[in-house]
Amino acid sequence: MIAASITTNVMLGTGLLGATAGVIGTFAVLRRRALVGDMLSHAALPGICIAFLITQSRDLIVLSLGALVSGLLGIAVLTLLRRWTRTKEDAAIGIVLSTFFGAGVVLLSIIQQQATGHQAGLHSYLFGETAGITRHDVLIIAGVAMLCLIIVSLLYKEFKLLSFDPEFAAAEGWPTLWLDLWMMGTLAIVTIVGLPICGVILMAALIILPGAAARFWTDRLGRLLVISAIGGATAGALGTFLASPLPQHWLHNKFLDASKLPPGPLIVLSAAAFFVVSLLFAPERGIVARAVAELRLRIRIAREHLLRALYELSEPHQPDRPYFDRAQLLARRSWSEWLLNWWLGRLAARGFVELHDHRVRLTPAGLAAAADVTRTHRLWELFLVDTAGIASDHVDRDADDVEHMLPAPLVRDLEERLAAVGRLPTAPQHVPESPHELL
Amino acid sequence: MIAESRSSPHAARSSVPALEIHDMTVAYHRKPVLWDIDLEIPEGNLVGVVGPNGAGKTTLIKAVLGLVPLASGKVLIYGRPYAEQRRLIGYVPQRESVDWDFPVTVNDVILMGTYGRLGWFRRPGQAEREVAERCLAQVGMSDFASRQIRQLSGGQQQRVFLARALAQDARIYFMDEPFSGVDAATETAIIELLQSLRSAGKTVFVVHHDLQTVRGYFDYVILLNMRLVAYGPTDTTFTPANLHKTYGGRLTILDEAAEAVRKREPIR
Repeated sequence: MIAASITTNVMLGTGLLGATAGVIGTFAVLRRRALVGDMLSHAALPGICIAFLITQSRDLIVLSLGALVSGLLGIAVLTLLRRWTRTKEDAAIGIVLSTFFGAGVVLLSIIQQQATGHQAGLHSYLFGETAGITRHDVLIIAGVAMLCLIIVSLLYKEFKLLSFDPEFAAAEGWPTLWLDLWMMGTLAIVTIVGLPICGVILMAALIILPGAAARFWTDRLGRLLVISAIGGATAGALGTFLASPLPQHWLHNKFLDASKLPPGPLIVLSAAAFFVVSLLFAPERGIVARAVAELRLRIRIAREHLLRALYELSEPHQPDRPYFDRAQLLARRSWSEWLLNWWLGRLAARGFVELHDHRVRLTPAGLAAAADVTRTHRLWELFLVDTAGIASDHVDRDADDVEHMLPAPLVRDLEERLAAVGRLPTAPQHVPESPHELL
Repeated sequence: MIAESRSSPHAARSSVPALEIHDMTVAYHRKPVLWDIDLEIPEGNLVGVVGPNGAGKTTLIKAVLGLVPLASGKVLIYGRPYAEQRRLIGYVPQRESVDWDFPVTVNDVILMGTYGRLGWFRRPGQAEREVAERCLAQVGMSDFASRQIRQLSGGQQQRVFLARALAQDARIYFMDEPFSGVDAATETAIIELLQSLRSAGKTVFVVHHDLQTVRGYFDYVILLNMRLVAYGPTDTTFTPANLHKTYGGRLTILDEAAEAVRKREPIR
């Protein structure tokens, strides 16, 4: 089946393109140059039109050369604007991008009105297309993408240094200007070979999205590039597939006409889906993981507050463990009755408290846990009073915020400091007295 | 220019000065920020670069390292131009000059100090990793090798930069405020490290802010305020009179002249 085989070919091409865009785009994102790709692709449009007007040819190489020339011209104008006028970078990018794109759209309309036979189709450069792509074109796109990947992997160490600390690189004698030109040149070439498939309007998204998404998954540059490449490749291939006649054919879809769905937006939406999934579900940096960690911390803090309140109520009666009324606990902190009861239920389930109607008391295990929590709190309070010189009536709340996050080595360090000045009590449970009055 | 004495408490091992600057003027966007600097520093000294904010301390270092163009004058490292002597230089930039959220580990950053020796395309191997390990141990950060750099405190970040400079295995080090944002313990550790570098015959230039510690730390001082106020051994140069000249207000005439040059107006 011919449609399937050409689709597979194009998918391979766009997959490779997506991988390369992801890799070089990661460097652009890390260097806060993400918008350069956007400007470049928009600025390429007039070049494509002029190349067509001169040669009357739709050859990929001819049009890409035109795109490259006007894209680079756009970058030159941007550099001049920034360097010699008071225009700031973001405004300059906006000006160049829209002016060049406006010129491109005017030229597109002129071409449309020309009476040549094969003019139809330059409009496909706006959102991209796969229908007009030949095997030959796919080969060129894949070849250029491969070449760019090879350049980046050869210059990995140099690009890493340049991106992290360009001044250090320059002081070490690296030709940072040339390295920068290589990096931005590679970005420009990848952007431009992607134009026939992704279109000038959305190509930049394929540069920016995979790198930005991959950043959620790792803190290592090498892995970041690999994840970004995989994300970009998947987006490229998936978007092309969705824009091909195949899904419609298989799903017997009568609503969408295959030839009217451009691949550019579908590739970008696929990459955006990767970004959203990363944003939500990446471990550690993802929103869900952070919400869960935050919730866990809150749960632990609430549990520790309750244990400490119970300990402080029991403290004068030790070693007895008398029952207290829930109302006494309610009075100690601003927690709601409903929440308090829920917490007490959880503590009871862990065997830390015994519940008796409206009354509650610590079990021996609960007392030990509560003593531990109280101890950390008071160690931190003592440290604040003695060393940091904070007034003793303020330390309760200050300690409250920090004590739950103190790692075990720091607690040991606190003990040593306090022991050194003779403030660490040697009572059986090692819980120091509170430095301030208790309620 | 005042250079009372050329002899140093740590007598020069090489007869050629580690650093010579002749008639150097540096301008940013045509506005001069350093005027006519002339100095010679012998090898094997800890050198404090001292002056008020905006005096051009960072600019002096960047100009020596070729990071900003010279409007005039020349810089010699062991008697030869900087471009030929790059392998002899170690650099600790200001901590704020990089993005600490960059996806690299402490170890990656230290390894960057070996890139210069490695040259094009070659990746760090076993030998470089051993160098990095040793340099990390020298700054007491061995436990942090695989940490992402964002997770470090200010003092730890500063030590990472120092370790990277150590990995450059240089003869002359230029350090831009290595003591900024570090606690007292780290400051002591850093100064001990610098002293051990000096004992090994290295020359270390340090941009420094705390006037209290200048006498304790440095053999030589360079007092800057848009021009060279004085340089020489700390004992004879770090005097109240010279300090007054350095900090006693900016020389408004220089400011006005610089502004006039920028606007291309003649000075009235």
